Amino acid sequence: MAPSLAFRDTQRERRIFVVRASVLLAAAMLLVGGLFLRLVQLQVWEHETYRTRSEANRIQLQPLAPPRGLIFDRNGVLLASNRPVSALNIVRERVTDMDALLTELTVLLSLSEDDLTGFRARLGRARRPFESVVLKQVLSEEEIARLAVHRHRLAGVEITTQFLRHYPFGPEFAHALGAMGRIDEDDLKRLDPVRYSATRFVGKRGAERFYESSLHGEVGHQKVEVDAHGRIRQVLDINPPIAGQNITLQLDSRLQRVAAEALGERRGAVVALDPRSGGILAMVSQPTYDPNLFITGISAADYRQLTADRDRPMFNRVINGQYAPGSTFKPFVGLTGIANGAIRWDERIEDRGWFRLKGQQRIYRDWSWTRGNSGGQGLVDLDRAIYRSSNVYFYDLASRMDIDRMSGFLAQFGFGQRTALDIPEASSGVLPSRAWKRGARGEPWYPGDSVNMGIGQGDVLVTPLQLATATMVIANRGRFVRPRLLLASDQPLVEFDPPPQLQDVQGLTVEDWERMVDAMENVVHRGNLGYRQSGTANAHIGQNLPYRIAGKSGTAQVVQIRQGEEYDERLLDEYQRKHAWFIGFAPADDPQIVMAVLVENGGGGSSIAAPVVRQVMDAYLLPQIVAR
Amino acid sequence: MTTRDFVRSLPQRETRSAGARLRQIHLDPLMLIGLLVVMGFGLVVLYSAADRNVDMVVNQSVRLLLGLSVLVVAAQLPVTVYLRWTPFAYAGGVGLLLLVDLIGSSAKGAQRWLDLPGLPRFQPSELVKIMVPMMVAWYLHDRPLPPGLKDLAVALGIIAVPTGLILIQPDLGTAILVAGAGVAVIVLAGLQWRWMAGAALALALAAPGLWYMLHDYQRQRILTLFDPQSDPLGAGWNIIQSTTAIGSGGVYGKGLFQGTQSHLDFLPESHTDFIIAVIGEELGLVGMTGLLLVYLALVARGLFIAAQAQHAFQRLLAGALTLTFFVYVFVNVGMVSGLLPVVGVPLPLVSYGGTSAITLLGSFGIIMAVRTHRGW
Repeated sequence: MAPSLAFRDTQRERRIFVVRASVLLAAAMLLVGGLFLRLVQLQVWEHETYRTRSEANRIQLQPLAPPRGLIFDRNGVLLASNRPVSALNIVRERVTDMDALLTELTVLLSLSEDDLTGFRARLGRARRPFESVVLKQVLSEEEIARLAVHRHRLAGVEITTQFLRHYPFGPEFAHALGAMGRIDEDDLKRLDPVRYSATRFVGKRGAERFYESSLHGEVGHQKVEVDAHGRIRQVLDINPPIAGQNITLQLDSRLQRVAAEALGERRGAVVALDPRSGGILAMVSQPTYDPNLFITGISAADYRQLTADRDRPMFNRVINGQYAPGSTFKPFVGLTGIANGAIRWDERIEDRGWFRLKGQQRIYRDWSWTRGNSGGQGLVDLDRAIYRSSNVYFYDLASRMDIDRMSGFLAQFGFGQRTALDIPEASSGVLPSRAWKRGARGEPWYPGDSVNMGIGQGDVLVTPLQLATATMVIANRGRFVRPRLLLASDQPLVEFDPPPQLQDVQGLTVEDWERMVDAMENVVHRGNLGYRQSGTANAHIGQNLPYRIAGKSGTAQVVQIRQGEEYDERLLDEYQRKHAWFIGFAPADDPQIVMAVLVENGGGGSSIAAPVVRQVMDAYLLPQIVAR
Repeated sequence: MTTRDFVRSLPQRETRSAGARLRQIHLDPLMLIGLLVVMGFGLVVLYSAADRNVDMVVNQSVRLLLGLSVLVVAAQLPVTVYLRWTPFAYAGGVGLLLLVDLIGSSAKGAQRWLDLPGLPRFQPSELVKIMVPMMVAWYLHDRPLPPGLKDLAVALGIIAVPTGLILIQPDLGTAILVAGAGVAVIVLAGLQWRWMAGAALALALAAPGLWYMLHDYQRQRILTLFDPQSDPLGAGWNIIQSTTAIGSGGVYGKGLFQGTQSHLDFLPESHTDFIIAVIGEELGLVGMTGLLLVYLALVARGLFIAAQAQHAFQRLLAGALTLTFFVYVFVNVGMVSGLLPVVGVPLPLVSYGGTSAITLLGSFGIIMAVRTHRGW
């Protein structure tokens, strides 16, 4: 090509440029036209869509959690309340150096490894920009103050407060009230998603669970304008939540404390009922746990320890512990014998210390047989068989009755079924019959089974609540009253839809009831009459009693003692020793309190369980007697 | 002249010669009006976008005033001065880019800023946006046009070096703008249409290869453009929120200071790159169209000035600077309204920021110099 300057045609260059510039200007106009079309699309054609989307961004309908109803005892003592709990949240977008911030916070507060690993996991999940992430669920007053002092150095740290369930008595009422827990996937399946849209905890056990619907209240809503960080700029409209109903339970917190102290550190159960209403005055199951832990967050290690504990602190022995009733079963078997005509009140049976079924080798012993036969109780009628707790009498009596007739009568006392009005979690125990044994064991009923059942051993199982309920039937002279937790509520409760009244016990006369009550009074009050003449519990609780207790002791075997072997407590593991039982009511002629006490592996019912009954009854009745 | 004479003649002088007097100090009145309209509009919108933060508006006003003085100074220099100094300015720009790659400070994962002692922090890549078209115009101005193959190759080389340096930062958006500005000069110089068609075809064929050279986040931005909902809280957030802001504005907008998307912080970068969405939300289609028309008028005026110029260097320089300005506008509005991938391009003279405004006003000063310095 020739030297560049030689052939320059400025006119042509300029013409070309003008054409190019015009073309490019036209192109620019086209492109701006394109932009304009796009704007028309967004702002005119699709305006509604984007307007809605913008409103949806800005305006949120937030559910408002209703304050949960409070729970009171019969005297108005607050058993379950709500208290404000502050949590520490972090907005990652506002934090310049997360590690440095966490280090600083670790100095200011007690942050556990659980807190930190949980926080990192939550931080990793998808969320909106500027959405906060929980670091610590519960802050103490001191920690809040310390954070406030250092606030200027802690960009991105937020403190939020919400009301959470609080049990002022902690472990003392854990089994009586039940407990709350975080809503989990199973709960989500059964709960109304709208009603629970602002709720994070739900009643998991006991009264908290049964009365959940009334305690919960109705969710409210507020229409708010929020910014992109989820912070509320202004409340546009509010439809306040309706607080849950307050309920009053039959529980007497003073009696509950006395019962817990009387039981002490021993494993076991105490239940006290008001025989007129069936109201549960006290329900103690030891060991217990602190239900507050499940609300403010329990550490994995604590939870493992709680569930792995051999003594099962979360197990409610009053309603779910199923035990052989032992000798406490004898008054009911005795009444069965009278009602079925298998025996008369004045009929005597010779107790030589052992019993053998006709044509069998097996020996059934009296409880007094320890290191050899003690000779038995001699000639015993039903009254003596109760206050001396003769095994042989009841072996004999039970062997005379058809099992199904016996079970049919005993069922009237509530054995083998759930009778409480508002405790659906209660276990039903076992009241054996031919059909039951065929179904459960695949075996026929043997006469020996009846013999064991006569003294409350063998297959029969009861819960402390069941035994107390049955005792209440005797106290009420045959009238059946269902046990219940609820005393009163501000308004009728949706849950409280009482099932039909259970029928009163049929087939006994007024005199039969009075004679049985007299026999049970003898257990406690018959004393100072010489060797083998006093009631079994007289020495332990029968002294200086200003009121009359009708009771019955029981000592239930945990392990089978084989033929020819001795029961030697020293050779047995603690968990294989006998359970101590005592049932009773007082005053015997005008019952105001009915009790059942079980001490697991405690030993003798009269010596171990009866004093617990006496202490609680004293606390309940003595102030009334003094007042009179 | 007596005082009375002066007073009598004052209104007459004003109406007759305001434009002429501006031209006398080498300013183009039409272009200046357009620029002032855009800047004034921009300050009002910024006041709203920054939640009535007066400090920010004052800050930006100072920068714009600084830019205007740069404009006035640039307009005073005859084009021959630019012709003489262009190679040195280009070399200096490339040098600064090298410096950024070596010792630049990082922001949001890319090294773009230069912190030199005694100077405010600035982005050399912004300066290069002017240097590259100037250098290409300088190279082509005394060669036969349309350019031959050899000249074309050299011109492309002039473009490629700074573009490559910016890509390393990495800043794909600016690299494309810089390359675009350079290529615009070549197009204006009269490059044959068939060569352009060929280049476009080659680019289309190379596209899949280029795709693999992109950083993950860049690919993500492009993918997000087609389906913002694929990552609504991450890369798609900006586009979703900006289109929502614009769309919800409707024809007349929600009113100044009434935009919920921007004032409730849903719209990110609402006072910088995404400020046009605030205009769309608060002033609606009317406000957007008005602004676009003013921009278009500025472009038309720039190209007119270029076409009127006597010398090839003047034409190429003024034309290229005008087109660079247009590309800024188009890329920014296209990106905010969801037509183009999100790249870091501010809205000229409206977005909050210094380097870009000063550079752009400087380039308008050069265009005015082309207009007002008739002789060589």
